[in-house]
Amino acid sequence: MTDDLTRLSAADLAGRLRSGEVSSVDATQAHLDRIAAVDGVVNAFLHVSTDDALRTARSVDERRAAGEELHPLAGVPIAVKDVVVTQGMPTTAGSKILEGWIPPYDATLVEKIRAAGLPILGKTNMDEFAMGSSTEHSAYGNTRNPWDLDRIPGGSGGGSAAAVAAFEAPLAIGTDTGGSIRQPGAVTGTVGVKPTYGGVSRYGLIAMASSLDQAGPVTRTVLDSALLHELIGGPDRRDSTSIPEALPAIVEAARQGATGDLTGVRVGVVTELTGEGYQEGVSARFAQSLDLLRGLGAEIVEVSCPHFEYALGAYYLIMPSEASSNLAKFDGMRFGLRVEPEEGPVTAERVMAATRGAGFGDEVKRRIILGTYALSAGYYDAYYGSAQKVRTLIQRDFAAAFAQVDVLVSPTAPTTAFRFGEKLDDPLAMYLNDVATIPANLAGVPGMSVPAGLSDDGLPVGFQILAPAKADDRMYRVGAALEAALETSWGGPLLDRAPVLPTALTEQEG
Amino acid sequence: MEPDVATASGPTRMATMSTISRDEVARVAALARIDLRPEELDRLSGELDVIVDAIAKVSEVATPDVPATSHPLPLTNVFRDDIPQPALPVADVLAQAPSAEDGRFAVPQILGEE
Repeated sequence: MTDDLTRLSAADLAGRLRSGEVSSVDATQAHLDRIAAVDGVVNAFLHVSTDDALRTARSVDERRAAGEELHPLAGVPIAVKDVVVTQGMPTTAGSKILEGWIPPYDATLVEKIRAAGLPILGKTNMDEFAMGSSTEHSAYGNTRNPWDLDRIPGGSGGGSAAAVAAFEAPLAIGTDTGGSIRQPGAVTGTVGVKPTYGGVSRYGLIAMASSLDQAGPVTRTVLDSALLHELIGGPDRRDSTSIPEALPAIVEAARQGATGDLTGVRVGVVTELTGEGYQEGVSARFAQSLDLLRGLGAEIVEVSCPHFEYALGAYYLIMPSEASSNLAKFDGMRFGLRVEPEEGPVTAERVMAATRGAGFGDEVKRRIILGTYALSAGYYDAYYGSAQKVRTLIQRDFAAAFAQVDVLVSPTAPTTAFRFGEKLDDPLAMYLNDVATIPANLAGVPGMSVPAGLSDDGLPVGFQILAPAKADDRMYRVGAALEAALETSWGGPLLDRAPVLPTALTEQEG
Repeated sequence: MEPDVATASGPTRMATMSTISRDEVARVAALARIDLRPEELDRLSGELDVIVDAIAKVSEVATPDVPATSHPLPLTNVFRDDIPQPALPVADVLAQAPSAEDGRFAVPQILGEE
């Protein structure tokens, strides 16, 4: 298997590229071949940019041959969630309203990826405008979970998580408004990181909720996430909410953590995010991870965050309010779909309503209506205003907790991957998937999901680590330590135990 | 509901709001400029109670003494030097527009009959 370039971590692949053992063209082609073989079944990609990727790969190989100093990840291919704009490459955000749109500019994080020489393999599937927890709200079909093709890969970034889990890409970009990086990571057995709010520029992300959205890495290892986070992060003059200071030393923290010593690190288990409502197998894997952390020298204590139970309510006021405002730009005038009303006068206002009626899917309509209602005259203070007060209370809970401990932990999601359709008719049940991930978005603190093993149903479980704002390095240290201890106990990475995917080619040996 | 009762101290008033009616959904959809089919109106009017539940829950703790937080990290205004930057090429932008004419977006009539 070591000859299969798609099975390598990004860090290992980068090492082989640096040593000249393999070329970026070979590595990129191997991933394109893998996509061709399995993506008919997985459907992680909405667009595969074969020519663009190979052009970048060739250029990196030439520059390396010429002795040029390159970025450590140069030549390592990457997939980008389709909510991030990419010049010359279709960007739909999973919506029919943007079908066929080719952005005239790159997001800042895409500029950085291109400047560093990472071939972009394509754009990954997602719930429409990142609204969902299962990728079932994509206008372009479900993405399937590589662990069980009848189950959801999480959402909204199900495509990025599935691409990485199915070895179609070693790296991917996700975005996380209420858990859309971490929950897909949990249910696909991959690593997903939501950086501190403002840690990665939001310029060029198609916004859902601007005070919550944050882009971050989707990978198979903690170190790979740190490497990608370091590449895409940092201040950006085009995003005034980006943090105007350098990132903490996250790669160093991940390397330090992997040595396995957590002596003196205080880990707080959030009382409100454990116990009732969590699947038995999820709780069991969580407890086992805590034992391992204890064995590495960490001190485990229980910490109460009494206002976390109000987070879901606050989120479902703030997120739709901001989304209804952000999505007002889809008016059928300057980009994307334009639909004229079937009868009556063709005015701009009626064209806008017809366009949005035809172009938006059910969940997007539901959230825009909710948000418009919450922001409409007379309701603003009671709805959006009250939710913002809960934000204060949740921040205070975090502040009090981080006065006692270095990191907070919980299961990432209450259950393992559910079956397609299981929660589609029950928005509230769907929303409950994010109960453990939402508090971090409301407070702006960073969060990470690390694979914690398999539940008794044979499906992956995620372990969530939360750190104080701007202390992302802490979660990398703890995450890398846990990952190393778990992989020792398993005798290899969790994804080695994922089932072999059916391929488009006839089954061949070798 | 009048604006003056729309404060965080009104949980009892909130709790009495049981459902959002079909007419209310139609009104808000018009505000949001989204044409909804009759069956969509039917379904949505049954699904919007989630917001009533959310506000009931939030009102338990969103008391007048709690300040609001608009933004996860404290921010001050960000200034930058007023230096002209090149805009996106007009042709690239218009190439993605539903309709363009004479170097501009072509849009339907802006004002209605009334």
